[in-house]
Amino acid sequence: MIHLQNITIGYKDNILLRDVSVTMPTGKLIALIGRNGSGKSTLLRAIAGLGEVRQGTILLNGHNLEAMSTYQLATTVSFVTTERVRIVNLRCQDVVALGRAPYTNWIGRMQSRDRKIVMKSLELVNMQNYMDRTMDQMSDGECQRIMIARALAQDTPIILLDEPTSFLDLPNRYELCSLLKRLAHDESKCIFFSTHELDIAVTMCDAIALIDSPQLHYLPVSKMVESGHIERLFNSSSVGFDAHNCSVKMTEK
Amino acid sequence: MYTASHSRTLFIILTLLLVLLFAVDLSAGAVNIPLSDVWAALTGGELPETTKKIILNIRLVKAVVALVAGIGLSVSGLQMQTLFQNPLAGPYVLGISSGASLGVALFLLGAPMLGTAANSIFSTLGVAGAAWIGAAAVLLIIWTLSRRIKDIMVILILGMMFGSGISAIVQILQYMSNENALKTFVIWTMGSLGDVTTAQLALLLPAVIAGLVLSVAAVKPLNLLLLGENYARTMGLNIGRTRQLIFLSTILFAGTITAFCGPIGFIGLAVPHVARIIFRNADHRIMMPATALLGAIIMLLCDLISKMLALPINSITALMGIPIIIWVIIRKKNIF
Repeated sequence: MIHLQNITIGYKDNILLRDVSVTMPTGKLIALIGRNGSGKSTLLRAIAGLGEVRQGTILLNGHNLEAMSTYQLATTVSFVTTERVRIVNLRCQDVVALGRAPYTNWIGRMQSRDRKIVMKSLELVNMQNYMDRTMDQMSDGECQRIMIARALAQDTPIILLDEPTSFLDLPNRYELCSLLKRLAHDESKCIFFSTHELDIAVTMCDAIALIDSPQLHYLPVSKMVESGHIERLFNSSSVGFDAHNCSVKMTEK
Repeated sequence: MYTASHSRTLFIILTLLLVLLFAVDLSAGAVNIPLSDVWAALTGGELPETTKKIILNIRLVKAVVALVAGIGLSVSGLQMQTLFQNPLAGPYVLGISSGASLGVALFLLGAPMLGTAANSIFSTLGVAGAAWIGAAAVLLIIWTLSRRIKDIMVILILGMMFGSGISAIVQILQYMSNENALKTFVIWTMGSLGDVTTAQLALLLPAVIAGLVLSVAAVKPLNLLLLGENYARTMGLNIGRTRQLIFLSTILFAGTITAFCGPIGFIGLAVPHVARIIFRNADHRIMMPATALLGAIIMLLCDLISKMLALPINSITALMGIPIIIWVIIRKKNIF
């Protein structure tokens, strides 16, 4: 569960969110949408403990983020960033195994339980046949899956993903999201990811958090569609999005 | 990527090669001593006093220095490359060698200007001491800055700028100094494994061993850092403490070795790449011992060549290291 209490984030002359309070429950797949530069990544980084909150408190499964130890944080929230990890000589299973770091000893020795979890994580993202490949020989979609498997191996109740679908083609995008949905529902995780794909947010998720700077609207998908926030925010003089039909409308000039 | 048994075989082969090179290094020199005599000297067998002295008092010290310097510089380079996620990082990227050379320059070139004539024993100890203080001072500044600066690349750039600035000051000192002092300084910059006395080795060895202990403690953090600092932090890594750990081992390695042997270039830069090519691994639990082993081997090899050609060690390490680095960069632009 992610609980934001009156948080304000942003920079001195550019406040992105002001006095936002939201509760995102366990077992849900939640999309974070908003225009470019509206602060999606900044919010995710703040929840992951990588960024700063100007005011307010973030509670993760009831614990104040500020007061959590690095170990506690690493066992509560995992994060898949937009960084491309392409390290020569590094096998997929080694990357996923790094997700076990909070649980292993000082040198990182894997126990049989750790190995089982690594295998299960690879199977969940359907990458068990790639475990011996190295990270420099794979497509963007495959790398993305491995990074998600790594987050799964970290075995945290909360998973954050920053634009996990942005490098993927259409089938991959939807497959990834149904995987995330399955994980949220079956493994009771709170999965919160940012995306620019409005169709994915509307068709695949349980709830949508929409940044309407400096506010954050958080509603179940059906209510969000009805609210008209999406149409209002994502249109320009020539392009608009129809959330009900999930389609893009161009206006001829 | 090789399996564990591949790595084991490689370790055995390389260890044998190291032992062989060590023996050859003891036997080769101005006077060639047969390997059987080397063995006799090491095991306390019957030998003429002079031969025994050459091996035990001169060559053994020099070979151990080569071993220690090769290990220290290479492991330091590996840590820097992972920490900065940059294949061109090495033990000297943070300006340590420039700091050391400033210390030496101030001591050799600055001291005579102030009129403090030094006797020879004082001056050898003084050169090492001055170099160490110079290196430590630079690293201390970088360390202090690194606690405030989040972006590791900024630290890298600061280190390089710092190094260049210090080199300029060293040049001024060189320009103003007399011929004798200048010559001593230039010879120091060429590096030497032979000038280390047994007493100095008693300082060098513990420092490098302490550095190795810290490096072993940094193995898991380094593995996490392969994915970058952000990922490492979300997996529970304390970045501040890790940087301090790695910087401290760098000063123990690079600072101390530079103090006693002069700035030995390209070993720290090239050896980790050789280890990556041979072991085809990224895991520091393999890479750390592999780099140490190869560092010792390559340094002994450089020492042998420098003895045979009677050339300064620094020119040999550069001529060996540069082609390796060029090859790595051209073959695979995306080494990280």
